[in-house]
Amino acid sequence: MLSAPPRPWQHEFYPCIQCGMCGGSCPLGHAMDYTPRRVIHLAREGLLDDVLRSTTPWLCVSCYTCTARCPGDLKITDVLFPALRDAAMAAGVQPPPEMKKALDNTYRYGNPFGEGVRKRLEWTRAAGVPVPVISQVKRPVDVLWIVECYPSFHPRNQRQAQALARLLHALGVDFAVLGPEEHCIGDCERLAGEHGLFESLVEYNAGLLDRYEYGEIVTGDPHAMNSLKRVYPGLGHRYPVSHYVEFLARRLEALRPLLRTPINAKVTYHDNCCLGRICGIYDAPRNLLRAIPGVTFVEMPFSREISLCCGGGGGGMWLDTMIWQTAHERLSDRRIAHALASGAEILAVSCPFETSRFEDALKSTGNEGRLVVRDILELLDESMAPASEVHT
Amino acid sequence: MRIAVVLTMVPDLVEELEIDASGKALDTQWLHYVLSETDDHALEQALLLKDRHGAHVSVFALDYGDADQTLFTALAKGADEALKITPLPEGVLGRREAAAIFADVLRAHPADLILTGVQAINDLDGHLAGLLGGLLNLPFVGVTRSVEATGEGGIIVQKEYPGGAAAEISVPLPAVIGVISAPQPPRYVPVARIREAMKTRSIDTVAASGAAAQPVPTILRMYKPQAAGQATMITGAPEHVARELAAILESRGLLR
Repeated sequence: MLSAPPRPWQHEFYPCIQCGMCGGSCPLGHAMDYTPRRVIHLAREGLLDDVLRSTTPWLCVSCYTCTARCPGDLKITDVLFPALRDAAMAAGVQPPPEMKKALDNTYRYGNPFGEGVRKRLEWTRAAGVPVPVISQVKRPVDVLWIVECYPSFHPRNQRQAQALARLLHALGVDFAVLGPEEHCIGDCERLAGEHGLFESLVEYNAGLLDRYEYGEIVTGDPHAMNSLKRVYPGLGHRYPVSHYVEFLARRLEALRPLLRTPINAKVTYHDNCCLGRICGIYDAPRNLLRAIPGVTFVEMPFSREISLCCGGGGGGMWLDTMIWQTAHERLSDRRIAHALASGAEILAVSCPFETSRFEDALKSTGNEGRLVVRDILELLDESMAPASEVHT
Repeated sequence: MRIAVVLTMVPDLVEELEIDASGKALDTQWLHYVLSETDDHALEQALLLKDRHGAHVSVFALDYGDADQTLFTALAKGADEALKITPLPEGVLGRREAAAIFADVLRAHPADLILTGVQAINDLDGHLAGLLGGLLNLPFVGVTRSVEATGEGGIIVQKEYPGGAAAEISVPLPAVIGVISAPQPPRYVPVARIREAMKTRSIDTVAASGAAAQPVPTILRMYKPQAAGQATMITGAPEHVARELAAILESRGLLR
């Protein structure tokens, strides 16, 4: 069970041997008043009050490094921190304002932006290809594409959704989207400690996903995949789901002939936490990048299992102000230095949070213009386009 | 202290508002109603008073829009009692009609302090808070940003005036207060607690009356706002942008 039950510390964290690997490996552990090890110790002793009123519960960005390193296989990311946040809110502590707004919006509108349902499909206008809506096609489809909130509404991420639409179309994939009916899958809300909101999203989404017939689910959001693949099944809702890097990598032989325009650049790739550390998907994104003519792939420091989080997961997208005030840095600022050190001209990503986070990091660290940030989808799409339309 | 909080729903501006075919009303196809922002602050103000001094907080809403959701959320936040006024007269209620209905209910459920938002985005024929003060013949202070109990059966409110001025006013109870903002943002309540309130708490209903005698406005035609101008984007080197900006400010008489 990966959705946090209330107050799990008495039983679930009893086996903790207090080795301190969690706090030592946490990229924000230095800024925490109480490292995860100390939190577990205090929780066992019933001394959580000060912890709940500290900034510690809100400093986790769900990178899963502590979980990956824990010798006792304790679910620190999936269970401890969501439960801490839940307990803090139950004790009357208000979440940081940006997170509060995002959670409130998600409950009210099904997306953290507080956008109306009619705007869910606005991104399709510039896709250049038809984007069928499953409620309108009225027949089973091979692929149900869960677009998710950031690619639907965030102007930067809409370009990623448009690129995937063109790729699916070019590959002849029989696909459809949920359109105005789509609500957030809820991964960040779950990890933000809002288990009631997550439950209500699961109820809604399960009702929706069970209503239509499709062969498989594809999403461009690794966080959505994380919850659909690992958490929804524990709540009785099992779906065949894959991230686009897996889906497209499986079709690489069909995709390769479409990639005609070279992108003559040195490209590196940032392993995001959900695809990498959680799901172990490392080769598919690299294989896609290597398939693009002209690309010279280089690894960046701290790649694959030891990749540093961009800081956006688990509600981190809505915690930037609080984390900046507490830790005096954003993880994306630290991570962009790794990309620059690789000597790459393009930083490739496969998560909608990362394009805007790393583009902002380039600006805030004074490195604007030294590197281009592109989703793998955008690079594949550019390689499909005639050379005159390539904008790298 | 018994506190009554009057909650009203306003059109949700997340969806673009459309005018219907008659040209006299909003198209309701995509129209949703949500709690008015200043009423949300009035509720927060009531809950702060309860937290600090102890109070019995009752929330009242007319039966339209998200009334049930709003009332259960108020209960989850800490309100003691929720009352929904239903059924309502046909058609969209004017502010005077709504005030008359609320006043009738509040006479039957007397409170020491009545809090509501000082204004709402769909106010057309007056503001509810002031109208309630008049109908109930109670002292009224509007545009408050803080309400504090004195401990001697009264309250002290901070009232805002134009130009950044403010006043502290001592108000005897019972009274009606029109809240512009609470001293802190409306609190977040976890969804689990709202869902729990929906399962374990109930909303009382009271009948609507009192609206019939009120004057109502007649809408002849509704208009969408028209853009009167557009922004000028100044591009180029920072020195060029600075010179252009300075010239614009000078032409408007804003530089000395």
